[in-house]
Amino acid sequence: MTTTVDRQAPPAGRDSGPGRGRRGLFHIPERVRRGGLPYLLLLPALFFELIVHVIPMVLGVVMSFKELTQLYIRHWWGAPWTGAGNYRVAVRFDAPIGRALLDSFLVTCAFTVLAVGLCWLLGTTAAILMQDRFRGRGVLRAVFLTPYALPLYASVIVWAFMFQHDNGLVNHVLHDQLGVTGKPSFWLIGDNSFFSLLVVSVWRNWPFAFLCVMAGLQNVPRELYEASAIDGAGIWQQIRLITMPSLRSINQVLVLVLFLWTFNDFATPYVLFGRSAPAAGDLISVHIYSASFVTWNFGAGSAMSVLMLLFLSLVTAGYLLVTNRTRRNRA
Amino acid sequence: MSVRARTAFGAVVGATLLAVLPGCGGGTSTGDSGGNSHPKTLTYWASNQGASLEDDKAKLTPELQEFERQSGIKVKLEVVPWSDLLNRILGATSSGQGPDVLNIGNTWSASLQTTGALLPFDDATFAKIGGKDRFQESALASTGAPGKAPTAVPLYSLAYGLYYNKKLFADAGISKPPATWDELVQDGRRLTGGGKYGLAVEGGNVSENIHHAFVFAKQHGADFFDASGQPTFTSPGAVEGVKQYVDFIARDKIAAPGNAEYAQNESIGDFASGKAAMLLWQAAGPNLQKHGMKPDQYAVAPVPVQSGTPGPGQNIDSMVAGINMAVFKNSGNLDGALKFVKFMTSDAEQKKLNGEYGSIPPVKTASQDPAFSTPELTVLRNVIATSAAPLPQVPKESQFEELVGGAVKDLLADAAAGRPVTTQSVQARLAKAQQQM
Repeated sequence: MTTTVDRQAPPAGRDSGPGRGRRGLFHIPERVRRGGLPYLLLLPALFFELIVHVIPMVLGVVMSFKELTQLYIRHWWGAPWTGAGNYRVAVRFDAPIGRALLDSFLVTCAFTVLAVGLCWLLGTTAAILMQDRFRGRGVLRAVFLTPYALPLYASVIVWAFMFQHDNGLVNHVLHDQLGVTGKPSFWLIGDNSFFSLLVVSVWRNWPFAFLCVMAGLQNVPRELYEASAIDGAGIWQQIRLITMPSLRSINQVLVLVLFLWTFNDFATPYVLFGRSAPAAGDLISVHIYSASFVTWNFGAGSAMSVLMLLFLSLVTAGYLLVTNRTRRNRA
Repeated sequence: MSVRARTAFGAVVGATLLAVLPGCGGGTSTGDSGGNSHPKTLTYWASNQGASLEDDKAKLTPELQEFERQSGIKVKLEVVPWSDLLNRILGATSSGQGPDVLNIGNTWSASLQTTGALLPFDDATFAKIGGKDRFQESALASTGAPGKAPTAVPLYSLAYGLYYNKKLFADAGISKPPATWDELVQDGRRLTGGGKYGLAVEGGNVSENIHHAFVFAKQHGADFFDASGQPTFTSPGAVEGVKQYVDFIARDKIAAPGNAEYAQNESIGDFASGKAAMLLWQAAGPNLQKHGMKPDQYAVAPVPVQSGTPGPGQNIDSMVAGINMAVFKNSGNLDGALKFVKFMTSDAEQKKLNGEYGSIPPVKTASQDPAFSTPELTVLRNVIATSAAPLPQVPKESQFEELVGGAVKDLLADAAAGRPVTTQSVQARLAKAQQQM
């Protein structure tokens, strides 16, 4: 409507242009009008960020200070405040609930360190071994990526069947055929459940490490290897002095992402063990789920989740700080 | 504003509105108190009773069409799998956006009652669906805390029975099913051997464990909650009861150690294939036949007791299992919802639906139908009528199930791994569960 007018008006006359009289109520200063567009375009993203991330997180924190049981979920904002009550219960390690949370936390830490380490080791080894062209490399790569491409539920439930005591494939091979164990072992209950969880988790996640490292290796110039070979460097020296330093930034992100995924993993233990996991396989996200959803105590569950969030943020911040500093020092 | 900025602004506002609007639409009910603003439609969440969600849809749809023909109300059906049902109900409760009518597991009745989201069935409401007296007392006892107006009505009833393999019994020279636990253990020992076991238990399944723990504790004169609703998990009777159940693997060794991890109904498979000679289960018939067992290969007897015959008090031999039907209080079609409940609990529908699902009508007149007089259902029907008791109807029932059921699972795992299970270890584990309440 006013297009032509706007276009024709000289720049200096804009403030007193025809638009002004009609829109006096919503007068937008020139500065904002000129520079505001980028921010305006950011609004939808900001809006969705708010409803998808920030608001639920804030609500979660608010809930953690409330005594939120089934009595109040219909009007959860009306639930009584408990102050730090939920947190006090969660960190009282001499009482059963806190003790169980601490145990679950320690199990999760041990599990995460081992799983991330193994994933990284397997993925890097496989990627380095497959760096050179050979017949069937494409097929092998595809096969290696299969666990990552399979639907989680289907693959984990197959593992659950393989780990069965009486009819499982694992016991059949280990006990019946190889005779490694004196009697068939339990993998889904008792202490061994830690190792079965570890195996499944590594099996599922190492292809991701493989994929990342493989992509990173594409950027390492072949000439470096050739030159070092002429200088008499062996394979280990090449890996130590060329491959690893070139992968540094990839590894930094890879290890962090694997850590967060593994630590937070809910689906794998839940499908493998169901809602009440054996102590040795009681990862913290399933533990919090049973402490809140299954027992209808959402306040306590929120408090535990907030504690976990704090821990993960601290670890992530610390990790980025340390790795960035070492990188800068080296540079 | 320049035209470019204005267009951009319009686009942003438009996109934002489009994104937000769907959130406002949908759902039949808002606000706190219901009414009859949507008299022509109902939303119904059915639980998964049949072989699959599709199977349920196929069974329920003709009935819903019949209801529409009679009342002019269209029912939108959604069959919700058990793994999601409770979460969906809690979501509906907190958001106020839920179905009008829904199925609930009857053990959730008291917990859901305390949320205040479900319509209480006081005498006037009961009158609208045909009266309270039409229902079996034991089934009514599991519709909410005693002394309060129930917030659900029974829809399908089930009870535990002792399923036994006739041929394995005959081969072992056992002429009749055991009536007491001593007899069951004796028979079990005779049936165990050569890779076969006397009994199959679903030891990794928290709910199965709690159902058995409840009955065993009752038979030792103990309750898991006292009259004021406080947990009493460590009473001598409860400890004895749990130990007796765990001992099937630990001391008596009449159940395979591997049973301790069963949680996917493997015990039904073991019984059907003859790997186990006895099974304690609710209406296992349809499932057994699906596994290839013929109805003449097994028989059903009441679950054993400590001594005497099944009856009330210490001689109960089953929990009251089943499904209840509830109405969301804030439904936009309360009258229609009650009409639908009345329709679903009518004699004709009770006979039809319970017949198809292999359960027993909680409506007395319907349960007299000859269709429920097969040998299997006659046994289970008698159990419901005379010797079944509801699980504790307390708000903390879910915690109880999770903690005590989990404790029993751990104890069975100990037994399976060959670690000793003693009165002290059972008591210690139950004490831990009680502290977590």
